[in-house]
This record gives sequence, C-alpha cells and structure tokens, in this order.
Amino acid sequence: MEVTEKDINHLAKLSNLSLELAEKTVLKRDIANILKYISKLDELDTSGVEPTYQVFEMENIWRSDDIKSQDADREALLSLTKEERDHQIKVPKVL
Amino acid sequence: MKLANSSTTAVSLVEASLKRIEETKDWHIFTFVDKESALKKAKEIDAKIKNGEPVGRLAGVPYALKANFLSKNRPADASARILTEFISPINATVVEKLDQEDAICVGCANMDAFAHGSSTENSYYGPTKNSVDKTRVAGGSSGGSAVAVALDCVQFATGSDTGGSIRQPAAFNGVYGIKPTYGATSRYGVVAMGSSFDCIGFIAKTAPDLDLLMSIAAGQDPKDQTTLPDFYGTSDTKLGKKAVGYIKEFMDSSALDPEIKSALESKISILKAKGYNVVELSMPALEYALPTYYIIQPAEVASNLSRYDGIRYGFRTKELNSSGKNSLDLLYEDTRDEGFMRENKRRIMIGNFVLSSGFYDAYFLKAAKARTLIINEFNKAFEQVDAILSPVSPNPAFKIGEKVNDPVSMYLEDVMSVTANLAGLPAVAFPTGTSKAGLPLGLQLMGPRRSDKNLINLAKEIAS
Repeated sequence: MEVTEKDINHLAKLSNLSLELAEKTVLKRDIANILKYISKLDELDTSGVEPTYQVFEMENIWRSDDIKSQDADREALLSLTKEERDHQIKVPKVL
Repeated sequence: MKLANSSTTAVSLVEASLKRIEETKDWHIFTFVDKESALKKAKEIDAKIKNGEPVGRLAGVPYALKANFLSKNRPADASARILTEFISPINATVVEKLDQEDAICVGCANMDAFAHGSSTENSYYGPTKNSVDKTRVAGGSSGGSAVAVALDCVQFATGSDTGGSIRQPAAFNGVYGIKPTYGATSRYGVVAMGSSFDCIGFIAKTAPDLDLLMSIAAGQDPKDQTTLPDFYGTSDTKLGKKAVGYIKEFMDSSALDPEIKSALESKISILKAKGYNVVELSMPALEYALPTYYIIQPAEVASNLSRYDGIRYGFRTKELNSSGKNSLDLLYEDTRDEGFMRENKRRIMIGNFVLSSGFYDAYFLKAAKARTLIINEFNKAFEQVDAILSPVSPNPAFKIGEKVNDPVSMYLEDVMSVTANLAGLPAVAFPTGTSKAGLPLGLQLMGPRRSDKNLINLAKEIAS
C-alpha cells in the first residue's frame, strides 16, 4: 500500500515522535517497504482460525491482598527524574 | 566452567577476564566495565573459600550482562540513548539468581538498542565486531554477549531472545546459545521488547555450561506472572521417539547458504548413524512466520516503549527551555525523537499502524490467527519427532553496513529463528565448524515446550 506524508505525520503523532523532514522521508520509504513485505500475510487463509495472543493458556493469577515491600525505594526512583519538588515529579505545564 | 576453588582464586579469574576485555577493546564488546565491584566480590568469595564456607555453583565465574538487564546501581541502557542516564534501582530476577550462586558480573555487553536488530549495528554506541572477522557483524541483538564469550572475555553471558537474538549471534561466533521455553525463566528486570515472545537465556562455550545455567535460572517468579512452575531437569529428559525432523521448506530455500546446507546434511548423517530416525517435515505455514512476527512484535514494541517519556527514565531533551517550547507533548515528542534509534522508530510506527483503527483486523488480528496456524503445524510435527534440526539464519555473518539501511533484508535474518518464538518453543544454537572463508557456522535444535534439557543434551551429542 502507498504511504503518504499524511500517514507518516499521523503515525508520528500516535507514536509521540517529532520527526525532522529528512527522517520523515526515509521512514516513509522504509515503512512502505515493510508494509509491502508483511502484507504477504494476505495470501494465507485464516478463516475460522482463533487468534493466539499468548502461547500458554494462562489465566490471571491472583495474589493474596497483602502489602509486599517493593524492590525499589522511593528515593532511587525519584533520582531518575530530572526535576522533583517535595517528592513529586515536576513536568511541564499541561493546561 | 572454570570455578574458583582452593587452588584458583576468584580474583585471578576476574583479573584474567578484565585483562582480556582490555585486549579485545577493538571489537567494541562492552559498554560498561565494572572493575571495582567485580574485584570486591571476588575477594569476598576467596575469603569464603579460605574459611571453608560453602560457595555457589558459579563461584568466581566472570560473566557479562546483556545491556538490557537491570542490576542494582549499574547502568542498564539497552544500548539506547534514551536510557543512557538510567541507573538500575532493582535487580533482575536472573541477576539475583546468578549472584546467589557467586557468579561475578564484570560488565554490560553491547546490543542493538532495545534489542531491535540482528547485527548490533543499531546500538547507540556503534557495532560490536564479529569475533573472527572485524569487517563483519557480531550478529544480534545479543552481539556483545556472543563475542564476549567467543573471545574468552567471560565464561558466559546473559541474553534475551525475541526473534533469534541469542541464537543468531551465537551461531555467527561459534558458541552455544539457548532460547528457553517461553516462561521458563523470569523476564523481571529485563527491558521489555515483545512481551509474548521475550525469553531470557544464555550464551556459553559448551552445552553442559548451558545446562548448569538453566538449572540455576529456570523457575516460577512471583514478579513475572508468565513464568511456569519449574520443569527444568524434572520434566521428561528422554527423547522418546528417537526421531529428529528437518524442515523441507528451509532445506529447499533459495536463500540458504550452501555451506550451511551441507552442515545441516552432515548433521543429518550423524543423527542417522547414531540410530535416530530422521524425518522430512513439510511445514508450509512457516513461510508466513516472518511477516506474522513483524506485525505482532512491533505492536508489542510500540506498547512497551510508550513508557519512555523523558520524565521517569533519566534522559530528556535539552531543547525544552532554550527553544521556548514548554508543553508536555513536546517534551515527549522531542525526547523520543532524540532518544530512539531509527530502527526503534520504525518499529514503534509500524506497531502503531497495525494496531490503529481501520488496520487492526487486517494486520494484527490476521497475524494472531496466522500464529495459531504456525503453532498447530509445530504441534503436528512434534507428534512425529522429538526435535527439529534447522539453520539459525540463512547465512553466516555478513559485512558491517551491508543490511543496516534496508530493514526488510535485516528482518530476513530472522526468517528461520522467529518460528520458535512464535510458538514459545525452546531452541538451542550450537556451533558446527566453519565455512571455507573461516566464518563460524551454527545450527539450531527446536523442540516441544519444556524440552529444553533434551535439546541441550542432543546438541552436545551431535555438535562437532
């Protein structure tokens, strides 16, 4: 299928990526090639076949409702952020 | 495995490893070397041995961690710029288990960023070079791990395998690698890629070394709900049918290198001579394995990599304040644009495409159904045989730069290895001599789920 500049802009938006024009051009070509390749799957008849999302038929395992200590402490996690104040992570203005 | 004991000190093992790491710097294997902490731990182990205290099954053995494993207070950047400022706040379960057995981590091994690649060229730090030919790729994504073992920097290395990332670099460098049954080993504390495929395994010099590592690492982990109750070593360890298959479609593939084909044929003769019944299997659905994988895997990648936002993982764009841009969306978009490699971006965008409304049924759902057909085909094959012998990849190590700008040709590297991941099967790559040009050749054995130990034993029996 053809991939347009509009498609690339839409995918960049969905992916939270701000792409430079030159990179958009390369990605447009690459993504068209990849889509062409994976579209090979159209040949395969899958009517009446159930999808597989997980290889083992697993069900949710419920743990007992006890509070377990976490591996990582709060300080170690907060130290990975660029800005914090009063143990809160600071982010740019949202509204 | 060479362990520390009363005649060999852990310090001498670690020093030899560090010396070798220094000597092999040109190969660009390690992204981080943890000299001080490795020597400190070695001294502690030597003190235990001196005092007659019990030590672990890997006492003093130096090993390399693939850079996507979290190990407390060490970097765990998955060779990706967006994680270059990330310091692990926790230990991966596998790291914890190796630590309890007194293995010693000497550093982090280079990889394709976020394990996206089959050559280690997609690393933010640049490629690791092949152990026998520096103009060729190490394979990937666990390229650093494989070369570290092949060049004797370490006795073993950890790896992760989503579509072939342990087995292909093992094959390219003449060493052994195991991708366990899905769920055999805990994924906790390893940077997630494709969650329904990701497996944690090892690269080592011998089959018995893989066996020892699997007996240590396997088992259920409350921190990873996809782990299975420990079956390793307790499940059936016999090859009940005494039958091994090979896949007709792989053998007849025009992409298959003639030297790999003859290696495969010579192993078939060995199997027959050893009394195995060798069965030709026709598995036509496998032709669709690669497109199926390159739909589901990017979808999972897009979801897993959505967490890298410039807020919680260290690295963030510097543009923010200087350019006057100051909104949360721009922070995300610029951080991700600068922090991801091009291949990461391709996969995220393809993943969002196949999951997006209007395309979901035609791509993602279709691939999930194709996955069922591929699994059915394997189930049918394993009614006839205990294991399947196949190439790991169609060719030996290729030139650096040869495929990196053509994503589809790079993806085709995985055409034979991804089949095991789609079905959650264990697979063991083993070395089988070299090509006329001196490049290592490797093959793999795939088996039914939970047959990991059988495959290791069989690989030992038929390897050169």
